[in-house]
Amino acid sequence: MANTWQADPVLSVEHITMRFGGLVAIDDLSFNVGRNDITALIGPNGAGKTTVFNCLTGFYKPTEGMIVMRHEDGKNFILERMDDFRISQFAKVARTFQNIRLFAGMTVLENLVVAQHNTLMKASGYTVAGILGSRAYKRAEKEAVDKATYWLEKIHLIDRADDPAGDLPYGAQRRLEIARAMCTEPKLLCLDEPAAGLNPRESDDLNKLLLSIREDQGIGILLIEHDMKVVMEISDHVVVLDYGQKIADGTPAEVKIDPAVIRAYLGVDEEEAPPIAEKLITEAIARAENEPPAQQGGR
Amino acid sequence: MALAPQPTQQGGARAARSPTVPPGDQKRLLIDLLLTGLIASAIFGPIVGMSATAPQGGLVLQYRWGTVFWLVAAVVIGRLLLHLFVWNRPDWVKPIHVKRLGAGLVAIGTLALLLGLFVFDAPWFDAVGIFGLIAGAWFYISSSNETAAERGAPSPLAHAIEPLGKYLGIALLLIAIALPFIPGVDRRIVDLAILMLTYVMLGWGLNIVVGLAGLLDLGYVAFYAVGAYAYALLSTIYFPLWFGDGITPWAFWLVLPLAGLLAACWGLILGFPVLRLRGDYLAIVTLAFGEIIRIILINWYDFTGGPNGISDIPRPSFFGIPFTNDENGFAATFGLAYSPLQRIIFLYYVILVLALITNFVTLRLRKLPIGRAWEALREDEIACRSLGINTTNTKLTAFAIGAMFGGFAGSFFATRQGFVSPESFVFMESAIILAIVVLGGLGSQIGVVVAAIAVIGAFELFRELDFLKAIMPEGFDPTQYRMLAVGIAMVLIMRWRPRGLVTKRDPSIYLKEKKAVSADLVAQGHG
Ligand SMILES: Nc1ncnc2c1ncn2[C@@H]1O[C@H](COP(=O)(O)OP(=O)(O)OP(=O)(O)O)[C@@H](O)[C@H]1O
Ligand SMILES: [Mg+2]
Repeated sequence: MANTWQADPVLSVEHITMRFGGLVAIDDLSFNVGRNDITALIGPNGAGKTTVFNCLTGFYKPTEGMIVMRHEDGKNFILERMDDFRISQFAKVARTFQNIRLFAGMTVLENLVVAQHNTLMKASGYTVAGILGSRAYKRAEKEAVDKATYWLEKIHLIDRADDPAGDLPYGAQRRLEIARAMCTEPKLLCLDEPAAGLNPRESDDLNKLLLSIREDQGIGILLIEHDMKVVMEISDHVVVLDYGQKIADGTPAEVKIDPAVIRAYLGVDEEEAPPIAEKLITEAIARAENEPPAQQGGR
Repeated sequence: MALAPQPTQQGGARAARSPTVPPGDQKRLLIDLLLTGLIASAIFGPIVGMSATAPQGGLVLQYRWGTVFWLVAAVVIGRLLLHLFVWNRPDWVKPIHVKRLGAGLVAIGTLALLLGLFVFDAPWFDAVGIFGLIAGAWFYISSSNETAAERGAPSPLAHAIEPLGKYLGIALLLIAIALPFIPGVDRRIVDLAILMLTYVMLGWGLNIVVGLAGLLDLGYVAFYAVGAYAYALLSTIYFPLWFGDGITPWAFWLVLPLAGLLAACWGLILGFPVLRLRGDYLAIVTLAFGEIIRIILINWYDFTGGPNGISDIPRPSFFGIPFTNDENGFAATFGLAYSPLQRIIFLYYVILVLALITNFVTLRLRKLPIGRAWEALREDEIACRSLGINTTNTKLTAFAIGAMFGGFAGSFFATRQGFVSPESFVFMESAIILAIVVLGGLGSQIGVVVAAIAVIGAFELFRELDFLKAIMPEGFDPTQYRMLAVGIAMVLIMRWRPRGLVTKRDPSIYLKEKKAVSADLVAQGHG
C-alpha cells in the first residue's frame, strides 16, 4: 500500500462492467485514482477508455459494479446512482470530451460563466432575485467573471475573451474546454485525449498547464492519452486497458516494461517484447523532443 | 436542421449560382428553359388552368388556359433573366450591367405602380409595377452583394441595415408610444397596431422557447388558447359565482396573472413528456399538443361551450372604471367627451405594456444564469450536463415562461374580442408566430418586431389588393392567396438570409468589448 492511489484514492472504480447488447465494452474493471495524482488511462483504439469516462460522469450507467468518489471531508458519492449533472454539481467530477464540445456560438467568457451555473443560480435567488436586479447577484456575477479571468490568463486566452468560442483555433479550444471544466471547481478532472491534434509546443504547454492545475488546485486529474511522451512525462500512475480489461496498473516506469502492455500495443510475443518496446518508446520520445515544432503542424 | 437549409452560408448571391448550364451553351440553356416551362405548366395547369364550378346542378370544368400561358411565360422569362444576369452570365454582361438593369427595373416598376394607382386606375400597371419592383430589387441586391463579395466586404445591404438596428428599436418604441395621438391615425390603424403588438408579444414569448432554448415548439397557440379561455371562463362564469357581480370590472386585472400561471402549468404539462425528444419528434409532439387542446375546447361542450365558444366576455375597465357612455364611465369621470375610441386606445396601451414587459423580462433573463443555461442548452445539451446544469429544469422553465407570456397574450385577446372560440386557435396561428420568430432571426428581439409588423402588415395589405381582383378571372379573392404569398416571401427570405433578418447574436456579458457573434457559429438547437 505504498502507492498514493492505494493510500488515498479520490476515486475508486470497483468491478465495473459495461455491456452494449452483446458487446462488452468494459469487463470487470477496477482501479483507483489518487487524490492529487495525474493518472493516465491508456489503451489501443476501442479499448473502452471513453466508455469508462462516460460511466464516471453518469452518461452511461455501468451494467455492474460500483464507482465511489471520496471527498477529503469524508463524504462519499456512489456515482453510478447519480444523475450526470449531479455528479458535476455535488460529487465534483468534471470532464472534457474527445470531440470538443464548447458552446461555439457563445463567447469565450460566456462559456466560462455558464460553467459556474449552479453558484450563480443560487446567488440569483433561483432567478427571482435576479429579475428584480439584486445586488448580491451583481456581486456574484462579478466574482464569476473574476474567476473566468483567472483561468483565461492561465490558458493565455484573455485577449480573446469576447470572441465566440467557435472562432478559436483548435488548440485554444482544447485549453478553453479544460478551463471551462475547471470553473465548476472539480475535485477530479477527467480529460479525454486533451493532447489530440496539438503540435509539440502546444502539447508542452498543455503539460505545464496540467501540472500547474494539479499543484495550485490540489485536485486529481484522470486523462486518456495516446501520446506516450505526455503519459511518461507527467503522469504518476498509469492504467492500461485492452478490450475493456485492465492489463496493467502502476507507475509509468513499471507499465512501459510490462509485457502485457507491449503485447497489446505491438502485438508481439511476450519474451521478446520488453526490450523492443522500451527501445521504441525511448526513440519516440527522443524524436518528439528533437523535432522542430514548426514542422509538425497541429490542425 | 429543420429551420434553415445551410447555416454556413450568409448571403444568397454566391450560393445562387446555378451549376446546371455553363455560360454560352445555348443548347443546354434552351433545354433548361423548356424544362422550366414544362414544370411550370404541370403546376399551373391543374391548379390555375382548371376550375370546377357548379352552376345549377352538375359540376362543370372551366378552363383558363390564357392565364396559365401568361404565368408560364412569366416563369420562363424570369428564369432566362436569371440565367443571363445572375447565374451564368456571359462575359459581356458585367455586374454593373446587372446593377443598372435592377435599378432600371425598380424605376420602371415604381413609375408603373404610381401611374396605375393615381393616374390610370389600371390594374395592369400595378401588376407590372410590382413585378418590376421585386425583380429589380432582386437583381440589384444580388449584384451588389456579388461585387462586395469580390472585394471581400460584407453584403452592402446587410452592412447598411445593421447599424440602423441600434436606433430602430428606440424609433419604433417612440412611434409605438405616440401612435394613438399621431394625427391621421384612425381606429383602423390602432386596431391593426393592437393586432401587431399581440403577435410581437407572442413572438417574444415563443422566442424564449425556440430562439433561446432551441426547442422547436409547433403548438404554441395552445398556451394562447389556455390564456384566452382562462379569462373567458373565469370572468363570465366563475368570478361572478364566487365573488358576485361587483368583481366584473376588475376581472381582467385579477385574471391576467392567473391566466399566465395556468398557461405556465400547461407549459410544464407539455414539457414533461417531451423532455427526451429532439428535433422532428419534438416538433410533432408539440404540434399534436396544440391540436389536442383545440379538440378538447371543441368537444368539452359543457365547460367550454364547444364550437360556439364563449361570448359576452367582459371588456377591460380603466382599473375599475368602465368605458361606458354614462356618468360612471371613463369619459365622464375624467371630464372628457365620450368616444368609443377611448377603449381601443386603452387596449392599445395595455398590450403595449404587456409586450414591453415580455421584452424586458426576456432581456433580463438572458443575463441571468437561467437564460445563459437556455442558450447553452441550444448550443450543446451534453456539455451542459457535464457542467452540472439540470437540463430537465432548464427545458421546463423555458416551456413554462414562454407559455406564461402566451397566456397573458391570450387573456388580452379574449378581453379585446369579447368572444373566444376554438377557431381562433388553429395550427395556422402557431405557424404564423413561428414564422415571425424565424423570419426575425432566432433569438433576436428586434427581429421579431420587424417580422411581426411585416407579416401581419402583409396579411392586412392583402385585403386591400383590389387590383389583383381586377386582373384575375372572375371570383378571385386575394385573401385566399395570402398564405401563398407569405410562403413565397418566406422562401425568398430564407434564400437571401437563411438565418432571418437579424443574424447576429448579442453576447450576454463581456469583459472589454461587446462583439456580436455571427450566426454561422450559433447553433439552432435540436429542434
Ligand atoms: N453507446 C454505445 N453503444 C454501443 N457500443 C458502444 C457505445 N459506446 C461505445 N461503444 C463501443 O465500446 C467500445 C469502446 O469504445 P470507446 O469509445 O470507449 O473506446 P476508446 O478506448 O475511447 O477508443 P478511442 O481511443 O478510439 O477513443 C467500442 O467497441 C465501441 O464501439
Ligand atoms: Mg475515446
